[in-house]
Amino acid sequence: MKYLRFLVPLIVFFGLVGFLFKGLFLDPKEVPSPLINKPAPAFSLALLDKPDTTFKRDDMLGKVWLLNVFASWCVACREEHPLLVEFSKSKMLPIYGLNYKDERMAGMKWLATFGNPYDASLFDHDGRVGIDYGVYGVPESFLIDAKGVIRYKQIGPFTVEAIETKLIPLVQQLKKEAGNG
Amino acid sequence: MIPEIGHFLLWLAMGVALVIGVVPMAGAARGRADWMALARPASYLLAALVTGASACLMASFLGNDFSVLYVASNSNSMLPTEYRIAGFWGGHEGSLLLWVQMLVIWMVAVGLFSRHLPREVLSRILAVMGLVSVGFLLFMLLTSNPFDRLFPPAPDGRDLNPLLQDPGMVAHPPMLYMGYVGFCVAFAFAIAALIGGNLDATWARWTRPWTTVAWMFLTIGIALGSSWAYYELGWGGWWFWDPVENASLMPWLLGTALIHSLAVTEKRGSFKNWTVLLAILAFSFSLLGTFLVRSGVLSSVHAFATDPRRGLFILAFLTIVIGSSFSLYAWRAPTVGLGARFALFSKETALLANNVLFMVAAGAVLLGTLYPLILDALGLGKISVGPPYFDSVFMPLMAPTFFLMGVGPMARWKETSVPDLAQRLRWALGVTVVAAIGTGWLAGSIHLVATCGLLMSFWIFSSVATDFWERVRPEGKGFAELRRRVGQIPRALAGMMVAHIGVAVFCFGVTMVKTYEVESDVKMAVGDSTTVSGYQFTFQGVKNVQGPNYEATRAQIEISKGGSKVSELHPEKRVYRVQQNPMTEAAIAPGFTKDLYVSMGEEVEGGAWIIRVYVKPFIDWIWGGCMLMALGGLMAVSDRRYRRKGGVAA
Repeated sequence: MKYLRFLVPLIVFFGLVGFLFKGLFLDPKEVPSPLINKPAPAFSLALLDKPDTTFKRDDMLGKVWLLNVFASWCVACREEHPLLVEFSKSKMLPIYGLNYKDERMAGMKWLATFGNPYDASLFDHDGRVGIDYGVYGVPESFLIDAKGVIRYKQIGPFTVEAIETKLIPLVQQLKKEAGNG
Repeated sequence: MIPEIGHFLLWLAMGVALVIGVVPMAGAARGRADWMALARPASYLLAALVTGASACLMASFLGNDFSVLYVASNSNSMLPTEYRIAGFWGGHEGSLLLWVQMLVIWMVAVGLFSRHLPREVLSRILAVMGLVSVGFLLFMLLTSNPFDRLFPPAPDGRDLNPLLQDPGMVAHPPMLYMGYVGFCVAFAFAIAALIGGNLDATWARWTRPWTTVAWMFLTIGIALGSSWAYYELGWGGWWFWDPVENASLMPWLLGTALIHSLAVTEKRGSFKNWTVLLAILAFSFSLLGTFLVRSGVLSSVHAFATDPRRGLFILAFLTIVIGSSFSLYAWRAPTVGLGARFALFSKETALLANNVLFMVAAGAVLLGTLYPLILDALGLGKISVGPPYFDSVFMPLMAPTFFLMGVGPMARWKETSVPDLAQRLRWALGVTVVAAIGTGWLAGSIHLVATCGLLMSFWIFSSVATDFWERVRPEGKGFAELRRRVGQIPRALAGMMVAHIGVAVFCFGVTMVKTYEVESDVKMAVGDSTTVSGYQFTFQGVKNVQGPNYEATRAQIEISKGGSKVSELHPEKRVYRVQQNPMTEAAIAPGFTKDLYVSMGEEVEGGAWIIRVYVKPFIDWIWGGCMLMALGGLMAVSDRRYRRKGGVAA
């Protein structure tokens, strides 16, 4: 029995290899959000273009709105962006950007270059709010209802299909709920 | 033509490495002198081939050969020469080649400086290193060939990531890799000893200088990386607990434990199992770090084009190397006898506790780094582990370590008397408490956490000073006697003292900057000024500047204190022409007791800018401490017994 303890490093290592192996095939984008149907975490952040103006989650109570996480360093955001710009023209609901772990200047420049679909952008420099929202990959989007509850989460870029078949019907339904409630 | 030659040299190197891995190893097993004799010359040949391949890649960079995919991805015709050199290790493929390059340099060093080793031992050591290089060469050739051609050739390169265009980045990766890969030597010594069954004090004596040199390079490499992050990322932090940083910290922690454990094995013949395990672990963590950084398992969110074959290959390699080493350990370690016995209170106990603490610290960093991955793999959701975890885990582990750092060197081998130790250290303890509280008082406020940090720092200072004084205290003969005694301190011992003082300096810097730094983000129009910690910062406007491959907006900020000018700083916002990334270039007025740090935020209306101003007390002590640790290592390896011809003599 006394020899068994010398096997410990080997056993621990093989356990680790198992996780690392599985990790290779994990798609970080395929993670269900535990936040669905939970109240959106509260936050208070400065606006991207106005460092002295703060914006709180509660400012949006009573409205159905979309929170889109973006960053200037994010390649997939660039892919998604024209779609969002196009969608924002329909004025269906307010869209807010969460500029995640970015530099202020870079974020603003990025919006100036690729168009600004947001009613306003919030500046989450250290990613604290992103952590509260369980942001793993950028872009991600949260649809939040009039009571401040997260109802839908898009992980990764929106596609035309996702906007038409998921987002738009849900927004219409939520607006109806808000109207009745 | 040059890239093809490079590619061909890599294949040749791969063949030679395979021969080194097999023939001398078999020779040592069967006692065939002619097979073993192959190890040394073949290692030199391998080094020549790999160096030739590196020279080919370097030539492609310097000659702007954008028909080579790797050069086209990491360089540009407008890139200054020093950064074209840095481009060599600016990406995945070149980093691997650098890895192998460092490995063959170590092999040549072993070949040159280990002539006194028994033939079997040297053959096994070089064979193990040869096998490791087979793995990396295969990895490069099968999945990440730096010499892949691009057809049609790119008209110009995509440029080196602007973040890496910095003098620190020219030196940081080679230093870091030299350290990382250097642990391969200690690893090879350990494997050779496990196979040969000669795990003893002599083995520890042979391993020690190699471990110390590798550790020294790693220390310098980590310090360079940290200071790069400090001035290049533009927000004044110096350590971020990023997976890539953790990947270099874990081998460092284990290497530090290994250095101490080797001392016990050499001096007392104890801890052999610990030492051999730590030697395997230190290198295993270097490999694991390579896996974490290179496979994309952790940064998968940001790595869009990771090739899963690469991850699989390294994981398979990792499994073979570490798995077989641990198997060998499990098989041979039980037969290794225990060393001399020791009492509960003794130097051995202090060093054993040191081993445990460093291993736990490395384990904690590993856990924090892999935790998100493990939870995700178990389907338990996803989390981010950030600095709060590491800070709260690290501090409690470091406190006892630093305490032992004061006690350990003064304790006696085998058995030490606690009352005697307390008696000898009572002055040190008193000085520590007074100095820690006094420093807080001088700095303006006394904080609990800061006081803990200062206590640890001053404790190391004062106990090293006590130790030093006990060794040189003249017995009635005055000053001449004192000088003679100072001269008698062996370099290895002096090196240890210097390295420990380095830890104290480091700890002091960390504590001071964490507690007493002052930062301020202000909107400044031309002519505005702001006062931080008694320094007046005046914004005198911006102008546009053309760099070799970027355009910059450069601000001019004058700093004065009490009405007289202290310094003038020029922080920049740069946009690199090729990749169009904006970069913040902070400007720093370094000082012995504080850095004045200014970086530019964004432009607001009317020519005003957001300017970020920091006053960072004692931050340079952090890197100064690291340099002292490295200096201590250098002093230790220059000890007389390593210079003696033959070196084996006890």
